[in-house]
Amino acid sequence: MINIPSTFKISFRALRVNKMRSALTMLGIIIGVGAVIAMVAVGTGASRKIAEQISSMGSNLLIILPGATTAGGVRMGAGTQPTLTMNDTEAIIKECPAVADAAPIHNGVAQVMFGHLNWSTGVIGTTPSLLVVREWDLAAGRSFTIQDVKSATKVCLLGQTVVDNLFGDQNPVGQSIRIKNVPFTVIGVLGKKGQNAQGQDQDDTIMIPVTTAQKKLFGTQFPGMVRIIVVKAKDAESLSAAERQINELLKQRHHIGQKQDNDFTVRNLTQVMQAAEQSTKVMTLLLGAIASVSLLVGGIGIMNIMLVSVTERTREIGIRMAIGAKTWDIRLQFIIEALTLSLIGGVIGIITGVSTAMVLSSISGWPTVVSPLSIVLAFGFSGFIGIFFGFYPAYKASLLNPIDALRYE
Amino acid sequence: MALIEARKISKVYRLGDIDLRALDGISTTIDKGEFVAIMGQSGSGKSTFMNVLGCLDTPTDGHYLLDGVDTGVLSRDELAEIRNKKLGFVFQGFNLLSRTSALENVELPMLYNGHSATERRERAVAALKSVGLEGREDHHPNQLSGGQQQRVAIARALVNDAPIILADEPTGNLDTKTSVEIMELFVRLNRESHITVILVTHEPDIAAFSKRIIRFLDGHIVSDEEVKKDETIT
Repeated sequence: MINIPSTFKISFRALRVNKMRSALTMLGIIIGVGAVIAMVAVGTGASRKIAEQISSMGSNLLIILPGATTAGGVRMGAGTQPTLTMNDTEAIIKECPAVADAAPIHNGVAQVMFGHLNWSTGVIGTTPSLLVVREWDLAAGRSFTIQDVKSATKVCLLGQTVVDNLFGDQNPVGQSIRIKNVPFTVIGVLGKKGQNAQGQDQDDTIMIPVTTAQKKLFGTQFPGMVRIIVVKAKDAESLSAAERQINELLKQRHHIGQKQDNDFTVRNLTQVMQAAEQSTKVMTLLLGAIASVSLLVGGIGIMNIMLVSVTERTREIGIRMAIGAKTWDIRLQFIIEALTLSLIGGVIGIITGVSTAMVLSSISGWPTVVSPLSIVLAFGFSGFIGIFFGFYPAYKASLLNPIDALRYE
Repeated sequence: MALIEARKISKVYRLGDIDLRALDGISTTIDKGEFVAIMGQSGSGKSTFMNVLGCLDTPTDGHYLLDGVDTGVLSRDELAEIRNKKLGFVFQGFNLLSRTSALENVELPMLYNGHSATERRERAVAALKSVGLEGREDHHPNQLSGGQQQRVAIARALVNDAPIILADEPTGNLDTKTSVEIMELFVRLNRESHITVILVTHEPDIAAFSKRIIRFLDGHIVSDEEVKKDETIT
């Protein structure tokens, strides 16, 4: 019959006898578990941040910019000259079946005043479609309408940061503000979006009808000019179809021949972000894998020290066998010893890993996320390592011949 | 039925091309309550025979019956159980666990047969008391004299109420006076508790404490005789 509590007691005593050795062996596991937890926390933090940015940007998003991409090292297109128009936007909505909606953007920076307070912010001239394309909700009030766009009314939607800076706790809806000294009525407040991928505050913005921006605030080089068009594809699958359709349509509308470069660029931001997210996931895996190697090395350290321990204690094993220890009594004694080493190391390693992640994020500002799953996995894995690497030495000990073991000097 | 019965036991060691017959067809019986000394020069096979009796080694040939059970058919773990329940070992080098107290050394055999912690403690204290080591429970082996260490080993052999004690040169590392004390302890255990004591020695003075002397030479038994009573007293 195997007496588990006593076996634990025997193992603890053996570990206490060689304090320095036990501590050093544990250190291998501590570093391994700590590294896995810290590295995975850094990776998870990075990919979670990117995922948040993707969802704040709106999904299935294409952005059309004026100007060409380079071809063969020579810029053949119309450079950064404005080439996109309101009519392009409407044509895209009408003629590209893969497009769900599109919104023009004509923007600039302007000084905004309310009472004696003022604030400099980005003003976006657009259509109500932008809220759909960017999946942007209103926190209060209402959006402007197509009618507002047609008649270039002076109404605006405020971002949360602008509200905070100009109104504090006051309700801005219905109030009048001055943008570049032009009076506007606040009709709504935009929901909070947070930072974008470049770290810009997306809430530091004001939305007004695009026509108002063109005619009353920023002016245009030619009538109907817009700076950017943002497009939402019907779904993720139709993104590349939408890109192709837009390319063909704009080529035709801008009279660009087969050999000429485009005077516009279609960018698939969602793809770019997803690629970034994918690469951070791979990064997390890679970091975790590298850290796991140190955990493996820690496990080999346990095995090494257990083999030494078995050899050193051959005589003790012989005595135990002579007075009646069975095969599994001996095996369990050494397995529990290895398990104790690895589990204590695992617990200290988890504490080390979590605090390393916290220190890393406070020093370098990296977002880190310690998931409970990684803690459970690390603890379970260190236990597994203890049993796995403890088994061979224990097995070896249990196979000793009692007489040879007793005679061992 | 004899407690111990050896039937034509042989033990052959292969050393390269040479067969070394450490035991060559040993047959003998030992009854319950006997006090037997096994004597012989080194290499005579007496220690090998002792190891076979202790179920620490298995014979190459022949049968060893302990309490009527043929040990040749038993598994490693079954032999371990027999060692635990029926045999108590006392070695020349004491073989105590060095970093463990006297009490815990005596408790050790009970770890492997499911006694509760309090029962283990009570029995170990009682066993230490019976060998005259009351109050030394917490001493470690290196804090005890050779004689005291051997008493701890004897307490360990007694603690499971084993009917047989096998002592391999138990006084080999002790001075004459301590040797006599240890031997008197064996005599008392044999007389009062009817424990069968089998003792290996090469000293006639030590063998004289026993009731029967078996002499080994080159793997054979050369003599097997009762010890006369008046010799025991001297």
